[in-house]
Amino acid sequence: MTIKVISPGLATTVQDLGRPGYYHLGIPLSGGMDRFSLQAANLLVGNEPGAAVLEAVFMGPDLEFTQDATVAVAGAELPPKLDGEPRKTWSSFAVKKGQVLSFDFLKEGARAYIAISGGVDVPVVLGSRSTYPLGALGGHQGRALQKDDELPLGGGAGPGDGRAVPAGLQRMPGNPAELRVLPGLYWHRLTEVSGKNFFSDTWKVAPEADRIGYRFRGGRKLDFVEREQPFGAGSDPSNIVDACYPYGSIQVPGGTEPIVLHRDAVSGGGYFMLGTVISADMDLIGQLQPHMPAKFVEVDMEGALAARKERHLLLDNIAAALA
Amino acid sequence: MATEQILSPLPGTFYRRPAPDQPSFKEDGDTIAVGDVIGLVEVMKSFHEVTADKAGTVVKFLAENEDAIMAGNPLVEIET
Repeated sequence: MTIKVISPGLATTVQDLGRPGYYHLGIPLSGGMDRFSLQAANLLVGNEPGAAVLEAVFMGPDLEFTQDATVAVAGAELPPKLDGEPRKTWSSFAVKKGQVLSFDFLKEGARAYIAISGGVDVPVVLGSRSTYPLGALGGHQGRALQKDDELPLGGGAGPGDGRAVPAGLQRMPGNPAELRVLPGLYWHRLTEVSGKNFFSDTWKVAPEADRIGYRFRGGRKLDFVEREQPFGAGSDPSNIVDACYPYGSIQVPGGTEPIVLHRDAVSGGGYFMLGTVISADMDLIGQLQPHMPAKFVEVDMEGALAARKERHLLLDNIAAALA
Repeated sequence: MATEQILSPLPGTFYRRPAPDQPSFKEDGDTIAVGDVIGLVEVMKSFHEVTADKAGTVVKFLAENEDAIMAGNPLVEIET
């Protein structure tokens, strides 16, 4: 009842929908960067939407199955191969005991979600099977997969071949990616011109972007409204008196490179945040490769809530299509 | 003799040298054995070695130092 890791990929981790409730203690949510695709993959193999899957970034692992199972890969176009034979993404396929799942080069997107019938059955830590590598918590021994690891499976052969998410129900970022932003508590720190520039410039994903934060560069430097820095704040105008950092919040240290905090976010610190990427678009960030262009698009609370509703509806439609 | 390409397994920034003050891993005309390092890709705050999956002689590099690359981009053309 296991899969054997023949080759781990770049940074493949066990993820589910995360570990809510501990962020105030500094332990982030973790979980899939693209929760939408994670849930779609699970639905394809007949799992609960939040079952634990493998998140592969940029490069897939090679996995040997020691039992029959159903597998689906959703999210990035990282074409799966079964014993070297191509299989489709966003579709379920049956795997026989002894077969090897591998992957071709990444074609589009950044993170592929590999769901296996019964889910990946690593121990539950603080309510979740997600891996938080920086804190060495959860998942498989608190870290990314390594060669020769054996992962326990929940079991069950699953529904087998032929279930698919129709193209119209898949969700991936455009080019440039459009990330909707709700301006936030510290928006007033920016000059009017810089506020406009932030939304009109095209940014590019920096190669440093990871599960903790997605860094962007290439837009104009942001200028701040002059002030005498308050007691407790650092001397740079991008510093504030320490505050909580929401998921999706956009900090711009030194006014140069916006960083969107993601699922493995740090929970607080002393950089101003100009706003927050709305929850519906956090998934899209998880699918951005380095150097991909992105635009930030201003929305209000009403727009953010409507987008959240729309995203939930899309998942409901997938569940209905596969029921 | 056939011309083949070695592709990048990762997206990121390509480097031909192990460090800024050191020579390139491989130059045009060099021979390459399977497993030889031909460059580095920087992504997610780490540098990853790109190794040759086939042997031959370098005809030319198709990606230059510090080029932005996508997964599957050809990095070097070799004669096998």
